[in-house]
Amino acid sequence: MLNSLVTWLPFGLSRYTGRQVLFGGFIVLALLLLPIVDSNSSHVSAVADAGYILLLAFGLNIIVGYTGLLALGFAAFFAIGAYTYAFVASPQLASPAHPDGYHVSFWLMLLVSAAVAAAFGVILGAPTLRLRGDYLAIVTLGFGEIVPQLFQNLDKWTGGPDGIAAVDQPVLFNYHFGFNPTPYYYLYMAVICICLVLLANLRNSRLGRAWMAIREDELAAEHMGINTMTAKLLAFSMGAAFAGVAGVIYAAKLSTISPSGFDFNMSIMILAAIVLGGMGNLSGVLLGGSIVAMLNFLILPQASNWAHAIGASVHSTFLMNVDLTQYRFMLYGIILVLVMLFRPEGLIPSATVRAELRESMKSPEVA
Amino acid sequence: MFEIHNCAPQFIQQLINGVALGGLYALIALGYTMVYGIIELINFAHGDVYTLGSFISLSILGLIPLATISNPTVLGLIALAVIILAALLCGIIGVLIERLAYRRLRNAPRLAPLITAIGVSLILENIMQIWKGNSEVSFPQFLPDHWHQIGGVRFDDRSLMVVVVSLVCMILLNFFVFHTKLGKAMRATAQDRDAAQLMGINVNSTIAWTFFIGSALAGVAGFISGMYYGTTFFLNGYQAGLKAFTAAVLGGIGNITGAMLGGFVIGIIETMTSGCISDQWSEVAVFAILILTLVFRPSGLLGQQLPEKV
Amino acid sequence: MALLSLQGVTKSFGGLTAVKNLTFDVEAGAIISLIGPNGAGKSTVFNLITGIYMPSSGSIVFDEHAIEGLKPHSVAARGILRTFQNIRLFSHMTVLENVLVGRHARMRSAAWDCAFRTPFAQKEERSSDAAAMELLEWIGLSRFATEWARNLPYGMQRRLEIARALASEPKLLLLDEPAAGTNPAEKIGLMKLVQSIRDRGVTVLLIEHDMKLVMGISDYVHVLDYGEEIAHGKPDAVRHDQRVIEAYLGKGA
Ligand SMILES: Nc1ncnc2c1ncn2[C@@H]1O[C@H](COP(=O)(O)OP(=O)(O)OP(=O)(O)O)[C@@H](O)[C@H]1O
Ligand SMILES: [Mg+2]
Repeated sequence: MLNSLVTWLPFGLSRYTGRQVLFGGFIVLALLLLPIVDSNSSHVSAVADAGYILLLAFGLNIIVGYTGLLALGFAAFFAIGAYTYAFVASPQLASPAHPDGYHVSFWLMLLVSAAVAAAFGVILGAPTLRLRGDYLAIVTLGFGEIVPQLFQNLDKWTGGPDGIAAVDQPVLFNYHFGFNPTPYYYLYMAVICICLVLLANLRNSRLGRAWMAIREDELAAEHMGINTMTAKLLAFSMGAAFAGVAGVIYAAKLSTISPSGFDFNMSIMILAAIVLGGMGNLSGVLLGGSIVAMLNFLILPQASNWAHAIGASVHSTFLMNVDLTQYRFMLYGIILVLVMLFRPEGLIPSATVRAELRESMKSPEVA
Repeated sequence: MFEIHNCAPQFIQQLINGVALGGLYALIALGYTMVYGIIELINFAHGDVYTLGSFISLSILGLIPLATISNPTVLGLIALAVIILAALLCGIIGVLIERLAYRRLRNAPRLAPLITAIGVSLILENIMQIWKGNSEVSFPQFLPDHWHQIGGVRFDDRSLMVVVVSLVCMILLNFFVFHTKLGKAMRATAQDRDAAQLMGINVNSTIAWTFFIGSALAGVAGFISGMYYGTTFFLNGYQAGLKAFTAAVLGGIGNITGAMLGGFVIGIIETMTSGCISDQWSEVAVFAILILTLVFRPSGLLGQQLPEKV
Repeated sequence: MALLSLQGVTKSFGGLTAVKNLTFDVEAGAIISLIGPNGAGKSTVFNLITGIYMPSSGSIVFDEHAIEGLKPHSVAARGILRTFQNIRLFSHMTVLENVLVGRHARMRSAAWDCAFRTPFAQKEERSSDAAAMELLEWIGLSRFATEWARNLPYGMQRRLEIARALASEPKLLLLDEPAAGTNPAEKIGLMKLVQSIRDRGVTVLLIEHDMKLVMGISDYVHVLDYGEEIAHGKPDAVRHDQRVIEAYLGKGA
């Protein structure tokens, strides 16, 4: 009954069993209700910020997880998306002809920034994607270093180290998002759902299989008629596009951006997220991204507060002043090392991956 | 924002500064190149071992009542002893890192050890952050310092020391690699690990020694950078490491002479960019070189291209 | 006009000439074997045909088009598919997915279709799934369809690699020692398979180390030694060629 209903779903959702769709729907419902149940705006804001982590993780997952290309400076694309939006949606580029600068629609810029980031993906990828894996990692790392540096140094346009302030916030049918985190939370949810559907579609498509074939054995993939260069460029540009979208929403929610938000640390955080959950595996990436985001925005700040409270009661100045968030990279480092050494497939056990594979194979012709 | 000064008057001066900086990068680059040569791993944590060298030297110096000693010979001997100790300790740490974090992954897909190396780097950085805090730490300037003037060019004993120490290390390393049994084993293992094993070479211990030597050189670099700059910082190794890696790639990764050459080239380019354009562009220049080298001449200046075997 | 034609093909690696002035034709519908001792240059011939290497000199014509210097993916798109001497499957993909990757060149879904799963992509996926399953059925692997390729026993992996290559409906199939490392029963099975592949209308160029194995099924045999062709002809003629016997057994035998 359930299963036959599911076959009517659009966007390839019909691949999943009724129970999977029900489970997914339940989680979505719980998340939808969250800002109503917990109205503490700093909590809502933290959970909303998980949104850009997840979007970045999705994008990086295409490049690293599906295609097996280690891109280390991924935050550069995030920066490019954010700055693209900020340039045309703030007073930054004010000139005598345009005394208020430009104020292009946020919704339009979601698409435009994605395209701009994708274009940079191609520009970076075209000359570098033929390099061996570890060289590619370093080139992208160099790119990731240069991009924020450029935004910092070209201060005539970019506002230098202070960045760009007074970035426009979205307006939807006269509803102004402003600084209230709740609408951003819902926006992120909507975008993430759309992206998840796209990713799942890609995973089980001609292109997705070409990506994975490249990851598994590039030479053999090339011999199966896959133009590996094109496929890798597509992976790079699509991954970058996800980061571009994330950048736009990020810039709008904060209403201010600066180069320091897009450094190597950001790239590492995203890498840790996908490694932790399981590279190339969508549920793994969701889980890993959520864990890392929660650690970053909720758990470590909260734990610091607890440490301060404990410190106050036991009169330990160390505990009273400790800021656990600055040690989060220790945690990411430990995650990277331990997962790689002891569980390279990530948290989601391989049996689940297998089961998922089996499920996704279900189609009338096959069964 | 971006203007080119007339830097001719200080050209020679910048060249000298660049050579000193280059010596430092070359010392670090050697570790990258040796490890890459033997196990094809970009040892991301190597830059942090270099910072660790500064921190270890600092702690050892803290144990010595330097203010009460004025005899320059004694101070010089102390410096030598600290260099050796820092090198030893860093070497041991390098070996431990290889043993604990990389060895298990020697036959894994290449991305696995690289990701692990990034993790080790983060862990080391945080340990150092906890150890010495979030800000720059000053490094005692206990050696007497004199300025020399030759023509219009001024340099002091500190720059001289950097250049001399790095040159001595490179000469020792060259002798070691090309004229000792262990050096031969290293070269054989780098060429073909399985064949080396069949020839009776203990591959594990050869790789461990490679890490030891590379890390020990980073330790030396850590000490002399502390002396040269007068400060150190827990994140220094990230940038310095990337630049040294750039040097190794530029010279032709796996090639020891190339790493030295690359180190000096990068050092000079960096100081020239700072001198002729501005500080803030020096990093962009170095990374642009990194990208351009990898794109147009991935085998570097002195490396040779190897075809992929099918 | 032969399906594939090599004219004076030479390939040197530095000082070593792995293939020397090789000329032969492959007629459509035949099983042609390339045999020779270790290091004779057989795999290098495949690598030259499929575009891994550019010949140092000579020309390779397939289906009336020069193909030397084309990228491997273009060669595959023109209808030459291959297997590898050391199995190169996509280990962390399922058996069915491996075969579907083989269909890549036969499919037309663009990135857009893939991301949005357009009706076109859905239709193409369905027909490809069906074709892939049919092929797996034919080759005897359908019950492993959802298994990871690397979990298959060795002999089955050999078969899967062939299925993957066949999925793109090639005109010419290059098999590089398909029976290497398998047990005698599997060897016989594989040789039968090669025959039925030819019966499907696919021309086969087969490398085999073991002379006896190919003699029964080949229409024509070329023998390489040190990069040079030392004999060619019908299996029976080659079998008794003095130079072939010497090459295989060493001089003085
Ligand atoms: N990329 C390469 N670079 C240098 N030499 C190569 C390369 N590829 C092959 N060779 C050499 O060319 C010669 C022929 O090799 P090839 O692999 O074609 O032999 P083969 O006939 O397939 O042997 P086998 O039966 O062992 O598979 C060998 O001497 C080999 O070492
Ligand atoms: Mg061969």
